[in-house]
Amino acid sequence: MRLFDLIKFTLGALTFSKLRTSLMLLAMAVGIASVLILTALGEGARNYVADQFASMGSNLLIIIPGKSETSGVNPSTFIGSTPRDLTLEDANALKRSAMLKHVTPVIVGAVPVSRKNLQREVAVFGTTSNMVNVLDVKLKQGKFLPKSSIDLATPVCIIGAAIKKELFKKENPLGKWLRIGDRRFRVIGLLEEEGRSLGMNMNETVIIPVVSAQAVFNSSALFRILVSAKSHESLPKAKQRIIDIIKQRHQGEEDITVITQDAVVATFDNILKTLTYAVAGIASVSLAVAGILIMNVMLISVSQRTAEIGLFKAIGTNQFQIKVLFLVEATFLSLFGAITGLILGHIANSAISNVFPDITFAAPLWANIAAILVAMFTGILFGILPASHAAKLDPVQALYGK
Amino acid sequence: MTGPQIVLKDITRVYHVGDQDVFALNCVDLDIKHGDYISIMGPSGSGKSTLLNMIGLLDSPDLGSYRLDNHDVSHLSESQQADIRQQTIGFVFQSFHLIPRLSAADNIALPMLLAGVNPQERNTRLQQVLTDIGLLDRASHRPEQLSGGQRQRVAIARATIMQPKIILADEPTGNLDRHSGSDVIQLLESLNTKGMTLIIVTHDPELGQRATRQITMVDGKISTDGNR
Repeated sequence: MRLFDLIKFTLGALTFSKLRTSLMLLAMAVGIASVLILTALGEGARNYVADQFASMGSNLLIIIPGKSETSGVNPSTFIGSTPRDLTLEDANALKRSAMLKHVTPVIVGAVPVSRKNLQREVAVFGTTSNMVNVLDVKLKQGKFLPKSSIDLATPVCIIGAAIKKELFKKENPLGKWLRIGDRRFRVIGLLEEEGRSLGMNMNETVIIPVVSAQAVFNSSALFRILVSAKSHESLPKAKQRIIDIIKQRHQGEEDITVITQDAVVATFDNILKTLTYAVAGIASVSLAVAGILIMNVMLISVSQRTAEIGLFKAIGTNQFQIKVLFLVEATFLSLFGAITGLILGHIANSAISNVFPDITFAAPLWANIAAILVAMFTGILFGILPASHAAKLDPVQALYGK
Repeated sequence: MTGPQIVLKDITRVYHVGDQDVFALNCVDLDIKHGDYISIMGPSGSGKSTLLNMIGLLDSPDLGSYRLDNHDVSHLSESQQADIRQQTIGFVFQSFHLIPRLSAADNIALPMLLAGVNPQERNTRLQQVLTDIGLLDRASHRPEQLSGGQRQRVAIARATIMQPKIILADEPTGNLDRHSGSDVIQLLESLNTKGMTLIIVTHDPELGQRATRQITMVDGKISTDGNR
């Protein structure tokens, strides 16, 4: 049989039984569309996270006290803390390097914050005015920490939106006093609602000058030092410079870990990629279900077309040719189902994108290709049984409807 | 050509019904010459359809041998038998067996389509055969839009489109009224006069007596075999 005739004949058979064909198309299309939508969600989440980190500035370096080894254990694993803390003096030393643009020490601790008879435990951030240059912090009212010397313990604070709601209700907090630990701070700024930074909920924080925080927590150890390099290209050099400076100050001991933005992004990237693959795998189960449905309906089709198959045998079609006829039919069904699914999936994805404009939902190319290939594969795989069933029919019984 | 076209020897076909063996064909011997016109008659269940299917290679014997044009065909592979059906044998059925979604022309062309005949050749043959059966103006009609007689003529055209040597007709007028039945018989007989061997299975004695050689079957055996 000529290829063109084969295709034309198959399409004729498919368009004749419209309900059956469209049901099978629908099954396959739903499978494909779900793969596309779910992978798009995974990819969207991945891109969203990557964008969020990018907004923090790609020149960011984060200094963590203690050396984390890629493998094995070091003393700090057992002690739970490092032999030498990062101090404000370390931060000041870094500040003197021409290579590093902004140096922001950060100290974090949970302390009771109270106003009048209202009190709650709050994660308090001790930092400097530089923080605005490093992290995505937006003010709703007032101003940020004053640009005074790094080691000046000014009694001022900036509060998150949730803290304001809980401690001040509807009052204007600016200029009011707040008790943090055993000290009093004047509120000079209010943070914009929402906004997460470095995995912290900024709604529920209070920001105070780093030296004040040291006094409140009664500890000089810094939690992190955030450093921004002059440019993205100078990151490796800046990293080395930081290590050199701290090493010198810490009696030749390299007891800090410097991570770059890229490393953090890469980690998240990996996690979310794995998640996307897992979700795509789950979605492809629906493709297998579609395959089984195709098999089912093809079997019904074979029994409905028994007389036709008998006739084919009588006019000299051999078993192999009959098998090919039905396999081509299954292949076409899966192909058209896949195309319908692609269209549906992309429509759904752009609809979701319209609802959440912040996140771009689009199935990656590999998901498109994989979905089509898997659809074709299942279609053909599950077409084999009905096709050989048709091929093996006894011609006399088929013709006389026995 | 020398010798008979079809030689059946000791052909036996047994069906198992429950724990009983039913002999649809019981040691049938039959020689058929080229260009013969044969009718096979007999009561229901006498094995006449089984004999026709045997000749048409749709059924294979449990015992005995079948020689077609001096070749033993009873032990050929499935696809070789299919090739012989395609090239040598044309079937006409009582219930026409037209494919409902295809037009008359497409139904007639189906064997050529499956055999991979090229489109120009297909078209030439199709025009010729449509003219022969007088349905040139009905070529694009689907079977449901045709009368019974027209449907059977389409089926005959399909059976002859590959220019076979043998036409096997199983009750070709069984579903037709008297008038269109005689049209169909005349069409089949005209094919016989062109040299095709024509074998008709029928209940109808009047139709059976038109054949030059008349075979009667009873209980899987040939009971009478005579020339007109």
